[in-house]
Amino acid sequence: MSDIIGYILIIVGILFDIFGCIGLVRFPDVYNRLQASTKCVTLGTILLLVGVAVISGLGATSAKAIICAVFILITSPTAAHAIAKGAYASGVALWENSVVDKYAEESKK
Amino acid sequence: MRRLIYFVLAFIIWMLLTWQIDAQVIIAGLIASVIVALLFHEILPKEYRVFISPVRVFWVLVYLPVFFYYVLKANLDVVYRALHPKMPIKPGIVKIKTILKTESGITALANSITLTPGTLTVDLTDDGGDPASRETFLYIHWINVKSDDVEQATELIARRFEWFLKRIFE
Repeated sequence: MSDIIGYILIIVGILFDIFGCIGLVRFPDVYNRLQASTKCVTLGTILLLVGVAVISGLGATSAKAIICAVFILITSPTAAHAIAKGAYASGVALWENSVVDKYAEESKK
Repeated sequence: MRRLIYFVLAFIIWMLLTWQIDAQVIIAGLIASVIVALLFHEILPKEYRVFISPVRVFWVLVYLPVFFYYVLKANLDVVYRALHPKMPIKPGIVKIKTILKTESGITALANSITLTPGTLTVDLTDDGGDPASRETFLYIHWINVKSDDVEQATELIARRFEWFLKRIFE
């Protein structure tokens, strides 16, 4: 039973990873791509790791998997934040059809 | 005191990662934990004492399912936008205001916003007032801008988390 649940989690996780990658290719600029990669890859990878933990049962493997999942949950948005700020600071422009940029006023100061 | 807490946390994570009770493993873990605790204990927030309370742990447990619900919604939203042939996106950077005051609370809010529907924290700033009364602003990249007004955007993006995070961190 736990095998089936684990494999379902892994498959759903991989699907989210794939959709995240499709978004990464299709979206027009750095910031939109970050949206796709952070959200889908975070959830996809966490589901994968939880799936591994469910299949292997309580033990060394599942402890490692869960700890990795927690660290990904904390570090992935932080890294995205750093990349977005870095991209803006080094002058990467928003997509031409973007509707508003409140940050431009701030960074000019 | 912060060094001691950091040491205990580092050692617990070490034991979970290695998952075996063995003299060599424990000695190596103790040495590594001491070094880590001495070097990096300043990472723990200064106001760590307030986190040791069952009420806050209770709110963390309430917050987690809510958070995962929004994470799932965010993912389905991004998948929809990525797979839709016309790619219905309307991106932009908006400014929002937060009522949270502590550093750890604002960090948690920024990370929650990044992982939830269509929003990505780019930067934060404050109005430079004194620490007790200052307001913090966050710059958010929004994949589908519904409002560029500060108040309205705050309402749409941050309100749902602030309510919980205020109880957990402040």
